[in-house]
Amino acid sequence: MNDFFPFIIHQVIPGLNTGLFVSIKLIVPSALLGLLIGVVIGTLRVYGPGPVKKLCDFYVALFRGTPLVVQLYFWYFALPYTNFWGVRIVMSAVTCAIVGFSLCSGAYHAEYIRGGLLSIKTGQLKAAQALGMAPFTSVKSIVLPQAFRHCFTGCCNEIIYLIKYSSLASIITINEMTGIGRGIAKASFRNVETFLVVGIYYLILVTLASVLLNYVERRMEIPGFERQPK
Amino acid sequence: MTQPNGTGPVVLEARGIVKELGGNTVLNHVDLTLAKGDLKVLIGPSGSGKSTLLQCLNLLHIPEDGQLLLDGTPVNFKKKTDLYQLRQKVGMIFQDFNLFDHLSAHQNVAIALKKVKKQSKKQAHDRACEELARVGLADKMELYPAQLSGGQKQRVSIARALAMDPEVLLLDEPTSALDPELISEVLVVIRDLAKAGMTMLMATHQISFSAGLAHKFVFMENGRITEQGVPSALLAENSGSRTRDFCAKISELTGAEA
Repeated sequence: MNDFFPFIIHQVIPGLNTGLFVSIKLIVPSALLGLLIGVVIGTLRVYGPGPVKKLCDFYVALFRGTPLVVQLYFWYFALPYTNFWGVRIVMSAVTCAIVGFSLCSGAYHAEYIRGGLLSIKTGQLKAAQALGMAPFTSVKSIVLPQAFRHCFTGCCNEIIYLIKYSSLASIITINEMTGIGRGIAKASFRNVETFLVVGIYYLILVTLASVLLNYVERRMEIPGFERQPK
Repeated sequence: MTQPNGTGPVVLEARGIVKELGGNTVLNHVDLTLAKGDLKVLIGPSGSGKSTLLQCLNLLHIPEDGQLLLDGTPVNFKKKTDLYQLRQKVGMIFQDFNLFDHLSAHQNVAIALKKVKKQSKKQAHDRACEELARVGLADKMELYPAQLSGGQKQRVSIARALAMDPEVLLLDEPTSALDPELISEVLVVIRDLAKAGMTMLMATHQISFSAGLAHKFVFMENGRITEQGVPSALLAENSGSRTRDFCAKISELTGAEA
């Protein structure tokens, strides 16, 4: 262990930096896409017509009810062998990871959003309708902005989770941080140093994300929607 | 005491409105006519159907049976555009204000102008300023509902309704959720509207206030309109009306004079 720091500096950090870039390329689109899916599905689950509601409930049940690893395996290893009316879908590993993360993340976001929507008093919707607003406008302009502020903390939590479960991309051959770390550890037999640094990288990433999300939350803050009501 | 009424053409007419909620018949064949410039006041015990009637009149509740005519044209309850059109022309003031909590006073008034009337930002802005000034809130435009008192919130909600240029204004106990000392600021606004000739139907327990203002009292009980007439006649010492009975009872409780 006498060359602890040189090994970290010369081997682990350069490798992880390349992996970090790949990780970010997975996390950012998945987080945005997941949130979008969550908002749409969550809203449809509350205000959608009956059959659509059922379909969205099914989506959430499916993606919350199966392990993410299995979902990723399905997208990457199973989907190429399926055949829908002559169409065979083959996606690159990165696409598979982003699709898998977004859909899984979206299912959780949908649940938070649904909770947020249900917490808004019906009077808000009534008032919007009384002014002649169509249901879509009422939900989009009146209910959702309020609901989103209520459930944003939960959504942030889900984004933090996503950062960590992005490490699962390594099982479908993507060399992001965890994948690269595993490679270095295998080649050097220096598991302690390698995984210590991998852990620190995730910790830093999560800390930065928390700061950013905190900032967004503060920007959305308005009287009556403070995190700590005065 | 009473001003001339019923001189203008009929603006809103309800015929045989029936509404059932949770298996109960809340409205049982209610007929009501509002002529231009009318101010009718709905009174009656809780659960008599006042709120439900008001909500049926701008179709927040769709009646099971009956007809609604706006300016003589029947409204098709099944046609969504008819519903949106009617609601724009029939404004609603709620007991608990229902201001949009995430929007400032100014945005509360402007949003429907932009989203429903498709006015430009500038148009909506100017109109919102104008309406808020009319209810005495020119200096509170940037404040959010959480920063306003109950009376101020209700005035914003009146401004919000008026900005849509409604032909009729429905008021559902506009002062019931207010602290006693804040009631008068809302009543002043309502009185000014009445003087300006706004067609209104108001459910209220402010008997003495509305007696001096209303053209007609409409008394509801058990989902029906049971008495209707000029306040002075219904409240007269020897009228023996159910309205007088009821008003005497609630003024005993609140200490107001009927």
